[in-house]
Amino acid sequence: MKYAYYPGCAAKGAAPELHQSVTKVVDRLGIEVVELAAFNCCGAGVITEADPDLAYMLNARTLATAEKLNLNVMTVCGTCQGVLGGANRVLQRDEALRARINKALQETTGLEYYGTVEVKHLQWILVKDFGVEALSKFITRPLSDLSIAPFYGCYILRPSDATGFDDWENPTSLEKLIRAVGAQPVEYDGRTKCCGFPVLLEKDQIALSMVGKHVGEAKQKGGDAMVTPCPLCHMSLDIYQERAEKKLQKEEGSGIKLDMPILHLPQLLGLAMGLSPEELGMKRHLVPTAPLIEKIE
Amino acid sequence: MRVKLTVQKFNPEQDPKPYDRDYFVEAGREMTLLTALLKIKAETDGTLTFRASCRAAICGSCLMQVNGSQKLACKTSIYEEMEHHGRIAIGPMANMPVIKDMVVRMDPFWEKVRGVTPYLLSKGERPVPTEELKDLHEKLHNADGCILCGACLSACTSYDVSPGFLGPAALAKAYRFQADPRDEQHLARLEQLQKPNGIWDCVRCNFCVQVCPKDVKPMEQIIRLRRLSIDAGFTHSVEAKHITEFTKVVGHEGRLNETLLPIRMTWGNLRKMIRIIPLGIKMFFHGKTPFPFKRVPGSDAVRAIFKYRGKAK
Repeated sequence: MKYAYYPGCAAKGAAPELHQSVTKVVDRLGIEVVELAAFNCCGAGVITEADPDLAYMLNARTLATAEKLNLNVMTVCGTCQGVLGGANRVLQRDEALRARINKALQETTGLEYYGTVEVKHLQWILVKDFGVEALSKFITRPLSDLSIAPFYGCYILRPSDATGFDDWENPTSLEKLIRAVGAQPVEYDGRTKCCGFPVLLEKDQIALSMVGKHVGEAKQKGGDAMVTPCPLCHMSLDIYQERAEKKLQKEEGSGIKLDMPILHLPQLLGLAMGLSPEELGMKRHLVPTAPLIEKIE
Repeated sequence: MRVKLTVQKFNPEQDPKPYDRDYFVEAGREMTLLTALLKIKAETDGTLTFRASCRAAICGSCLMQVNGSQKLACKTSIYEEMEHHGRIAIGPMANMPVIKDMVVRMDPFWEKVRGVTPYLLSKGERPVPTEELKDLHEKLHNADGCILCGACLSACTSYDVSPGFLGPAALAKAYRFQADPRDEQHLARLEQLQKPNGIWDCVRCNFCVQVCPKDVKPMEQIIRLRRLSIDAGFTHSVEAKHITEFTKVVGHEGRLNETLLPIRMTWGNLRKMIRIIPLGIKMFFHGKTPFPFKRVPGSDAVRAIFKYRGKAK
């Protein structure tokens, strides 16, 4: 089992604990990865707002690089999965577009994409390729006392014709992984909703309402922590949680407390596989993870 | 097969709160949810209330919540729904005030559609040559396919927390006239859409794209409106800068730099800057602020790609 690992900007930038924990976990599981060291941004759905062809060219470069290595791509970011995976579907289906993009790509980078690569998020690789049963053999510290709220985020589910792995209406892959580590998945409406990240800076009131609503609901349904396959959701839910809490307190009463640790998917797996919180970069979170760790230990 | 339908019933004039009632129907492979509901109304419970008219996904009346998603009852197969979810639970469309059972007040929806002046603004003094209208169909990108069922607004995650937002259907309608060469108010329309609750309040969650029964892809029409706005010179807002500065940062560095982008987006906007600084400091102490001037491998190739696109444009 070998993949071209596409870390994405967040794992190499503001969420270095994601890259750190991914590396540790795939190593432990024996999944071989070749990091695409010279990778570029997928565009995050923003560059396409400026210039769709530019976004296609950037993603075609990534795909062509993986194709040269004869490997499928492993993503670790829900947004990268949606954008890079979505671009891949279009490039595979639309031959006229692929020819146009390839001509430009060849002229600028000497690369050409033939459309043979698959783009898969770590979450899907674990559920489908690696298998939940095989994964459970690596669980040495079952998190049986914990209720974990899955937070899918948007791009790993929608639009479903571009992603097409989980059932967008009723996804199950995160729940499967939560059960595999011995924990109990929390059932709540917010699990497939939006974290508000794309408008955090310009329309922070919208984003903060979303964070408050979903974290609040997960908390109310008994969640000890949330887990997400998307580092952008992580930034929204973790870094802005304190502000979301303040907004919630203003609107609905000062008694409301969120204090919800947000875990990256590989951190949850790593904890159950016996890796130490330090190895998984848990101290980098803004919402303290120490109470959760205490509960486990 | 015998199928159980769990229906959320509610008459605000009588019931203290919504409650569920189960109905059973004999359903064949071809039966739609609407046929099932009409059968129940005729044979079991005459009080069951829902809107319906054309039975063919044209009129947009029978939108309701089906197993947690927003769907037209006439376009929903009982068989497929059972196969997919193992149950059928229905209720009124989300985010709208309920009148009775599945019937909701659509006024908030109509208000939004009216808010974008959903008709052609032309004095007709300058007839548009037929030549220019030849590719109108392609230019509209199916924005004219909307049947005003309300699925998108009902599923909109931004509207859910911010009811003032114009929402997907109204904005798709706005694009429809923006793309029409016969309309004479393109710039004024775009200017209107820059305001709070306009095109920049969309969070790009893709829910509207997913639930639209006519494949209008409202979010993609909103993105087209954003692109047109930037091209028309509406570039000074923090919202527009999110796109232009993001693209510039990636064009230069090859990747997004989360330290650089907020600074460049809020540059010159003191209020916004003051708001992000405390978070920036916290992130710094948690090792979450990447060094802003780090050269990453691959950036030369990315610059070549950007240069090419710059020339192509």
